[in-house]
Amino acid sequence: MRVYEVLFIVAPNTEEGDLESLVTQLSDVVTNQGAQVTKVDRMGRRRLAYPIQKFNDGFYVVLTVEGTGAEIAEVERRMRVSDAIIRYITIRIDEDLKRAEKFRARRAAGLAAAAAAGGRGRHRRPAAAQPVVPDDDDDGDEEGDE
Amino acid sequence: MSSGPREDGRRDRDDRGGRPQGGQGGGRRFVRARKSCRFCGDKVDYIDYKDSRLLSSYVPERGKILPRRISGTCAPHQRMLATAIKRARNAALLPFATD
Repeated sequence: MRVYEVLFIVAPNTEEGDLESLVTQLSDVVTNQGAQVTKVDRMGRRRLAYPIQKFNDGFYVVLTVEGTGAEIAEVERRMRVSDAIIRYITIRIDEDLKRAEKFRARRAAGLAAAAAAGGRGRHRRPAAAQPVVPDDDDDGDEEGDE
Repeated sequence: MSSGPREDGRRDRDDRGGRPQGGQGGGRRFVRARKSCRFCGDKVDYIDYKDSRLLSSYVPERGKILPRRISGTCAPHQRMLATAIKRARNAALLPFATD
């Protein structure tokens, strides 16, 4: 299962109701393909960092989609055709999230190891066996540079 | 044919805050405080491209990505930061260039 973030910017001259129908329309496309929209984040009207199609601001909407990837093609096709959507970006985030999770787990494990220090020396950094080395974290490329 | 005035190789390599090797120019020695990676300090695992306020602090006026030799960001986080900034540019959250 892949997780995607589909961000799109709607032109500022669209009505509030049209914006809503656009969002539901796109979510329906996703669900009809057998995927799920896990989150709809309306970031609201924001200023664009540079003009897009002569617009200086737009409504930002982020859909978080869980699916196989096939539905993304369809959603992107719809967005390309739609006049109200002036920009869209899809980003696959499951791998990034997994990586973040790994870091978090490693950190938790490191803390646990530090707490259980003095026990078995199985972990790489038992806090007790670590002598206090002052200042040596300058990664050596000052002196070693000769 | 000798290679000129030997600009003792500290053009780019030492830019990370190493000390200038005392050439003929006399030794200016700075002991600068070690910059540290802010993301490591905050234990950030993922830099979100939508967080334009955070990202804009790593994008100076001209719109370029702040090099890590200036900001002190560690390599893994600088990589994450760079991708986030590039994504944010496409989403019109950050400028590609400003003049």
